[in-house]
Amino acid sequence: MSVPVLSAQVIGKSYGSGANRFDALKGVSLDIQAGESVAIVGKSGSGKSTLMHLLALLDDPDSGVLLVEGTDAKKLKAKELNRLRNQDFGFVFQQFFLTANATVLENVVLPLTIAGVGAKERKARGMAALEQLELADKAKNKAKNLSGGQKQRAVIARALVNNPKVIFADEPTGNLDSATGTVVEDILFKLNKENGITLIIVTHDTELAARCDRQIFIRDGLEETADSPTGTHKRGGAHS
Amino acid sequence: MKFLDIVRSAIQNSFRNKLRTGLTVIAIFIGAFTLTITSGIGTGVTAYINGQVSAIGAADVLTITKAADATATASDGPAAYDPSKSTTVSLGNGSRPGSTIQALTAADLAKIKATAGILSVDPAVRVSPDYVEYADNGKFELTVSQTGTITTADLAAGTQLDNSSSSDQLLLPTTYLKNLGYANAQAAVGTPVSIGITDYTGTQQTVTATVVGVQNETLLGSGAALNRSLVAHLHTVAITGEPAGVSAGYATAVAHFDASATKAEISTIKADLSAQGYSSQTVADTIGAFETVINVIIGVLNAFAVIALIAAGFGIVNTLLMSVQERTREIGLMKAMGMNGGRVYALFSMEAVFIGFLGSALGVVAAIGVGSLISNLLANGIFSALPGLQVVQFAPASIAIIVGVVMLIAFLAGTLPARAAARQNPIDALRYE
Repeated sequence: MSVPVLSAQVIGKSYGSGANRFDALKGVSLDIQAGESVAIVGKSGSGKSTLMHLLALLDDPDSGVLLVEGTDAKKLKAKELNRLRNQDFGFVFQQFFLTANATVLENVVLPLTIAGVGAKERKARGMAALEQLELADKAKNKAKNLSGGQKQRAVIARALVNNPKVIFADEPTGNLDSATGTVVEDILFKLNKENGITLIIVTHDTELAARCDRQIFIRDGLEETADSPTGTHKRGGAHS
Repeated sequence: MKFLDIVRSAIQNSFRNKLRTGLTVIAIFIGAFTLTITSGIGTGVTAYINGQVSAIGAADVLTITKAADATATASDGPAAYDPSKSTTVSLGNGSRPGSTIQALTAADLAKIKATAGILSVDPAVRVSPDYVEYADNGKFELTVSQTGTITTADLAAGTQLDNSSSSDQLLLPTTYLKNLGYANAQAAVGTPVSIGITDYTGTQQTVTATVVGVQNETLLGSGAALNRSLVAHLHTVAITGEPAGVSAGYATAVAHFDASATKAEISTIKADLSAQGYSSQTVADTIGAFETVINVIIGVLNAFAVIALIAAGFGIVNTLLMSVQERTREIGLMKAMGMNGGRVYALFSMEAVFIGFLGSALGVVAAIGVGSLISNLLANGIFSALPGLQVVQFAPASIAIIVGVVMLIAFLAGTLPARAAARQNPIDALRYE
């Protein structure tokens, strides 16, 4: 078996201290293999976003060990961490986080700008990413003038522009109507299938989760042991 | 992120909220404008004074007086009588009314002559002519410039005085021309004028002299300058009928030293003279006194301008703190995408520096425009009597320093917000709900 891209071993995270202490994550273990698509499913407050932040190396776990391609994340230097997040990871957020007054192209090439790539190459790679998402004609538009679906496609283009190994998507369809949401989902899974990009999707949408190779259900900071997504689906749907 | 990209994004970011940036820029503008104007005045006045000093020449001349008697202070009452001391003499016009100093006697002159570094010493003979007249155009009072004989004049026409000549020469100030009946400065050169002077017995006599040149007015006053021959001639006339035995006492003496003497050597000579009880001044010292006063005034104005800039610095702190707050998510995103804290810090610092640069550049440009305009108006208006005085002048170096200082203040003001930005946690920034 190959070394997993990301491997979490009983990782925990809590916020606050004393009476205010809140254990967001109480010890979750998982392995993510290259090329997989994994859904992290849970209700709001379940700890699923915390888990994603830890996997994306945006935060340090309080307990447990996180291995990135076999290396302990704690042993990585800040510079190496930044390089990893910049070049190996791509991020897609529910809230887009586009700079409203900058052009679409400027937004898309932000990771390249941060990496210190020259202006000419930035433009070429940015346009390539936009073409892949059929947004090339909007390159010079201000980001604020895009529709919701276009914005999320721009965000995916931004996540893609560095040819990452892993894309983290946090509720990627949360702000979109179902038709547009489906288009965005298709794009993400196409990238997973055709480019072999590992996909980690955080969602509470079970339909989206069901399209992934594997689902990890998080509830109250712990992984729910479920043999199949449908089982959890039934449990979750029992009250509704 | 490359340095150029940081600069570019910082500039773009600072224009994102144009009103807020604009108001901060105005605050800096005011400080930079004031600082440029005051330093411009300093440069202008200093340049004028330096020009005067170098034009006057006479760098090898000390004006020597007897130092005030230290024991004769008001609280101690009068000093004991010393028959060897000479009488006091009044300093005449130009000095504090009623002030007197100890006269220099022949013995004093000998002592001064013996001082190391002094090449020669001449008593300053003071002559007080009654009038000057040119070609029956009427008699006008004649003020004699005490330093005129030894200094180089700033000429409007003609030539300098020739002290080695045996002919009687004088330089007239430009202000005398109209009353005496000359059409212009050039017309006066070479003409004879008659100078009336009253002798010891009270009889008025006339001496004829040639106008060799016309001089512009200077800070040293606007008297006519007489050459050595004319002074001696007038003095001879003035003491006609003086009884024998009247001891000669001089208010001041003029000593020459080596023209190539360094500042340190001049200081040594002055210290030696001072030790012997004589106070001495070079022409530069006399004019330097003006400069000191002006420098103090400019220093105070500069201090106010710097206070304005410090206040503007807090404006920058405020602007950028708001900006950091507004852009929390953007900062978080950049950090999530692998931008390190140092670069985030640099981005916001650069924005502060850019705001400082914008305000100071605009302030400096406006100050140069307004300053030049005012300077020209003044030069043709109230300062028209002082040719060559451009009251506001701009030195490229001092302007560069002003812009640099403002940018430094802006950078320091930016440290606080930039630190706040650099310390942002991407998780906090990206959390929503």
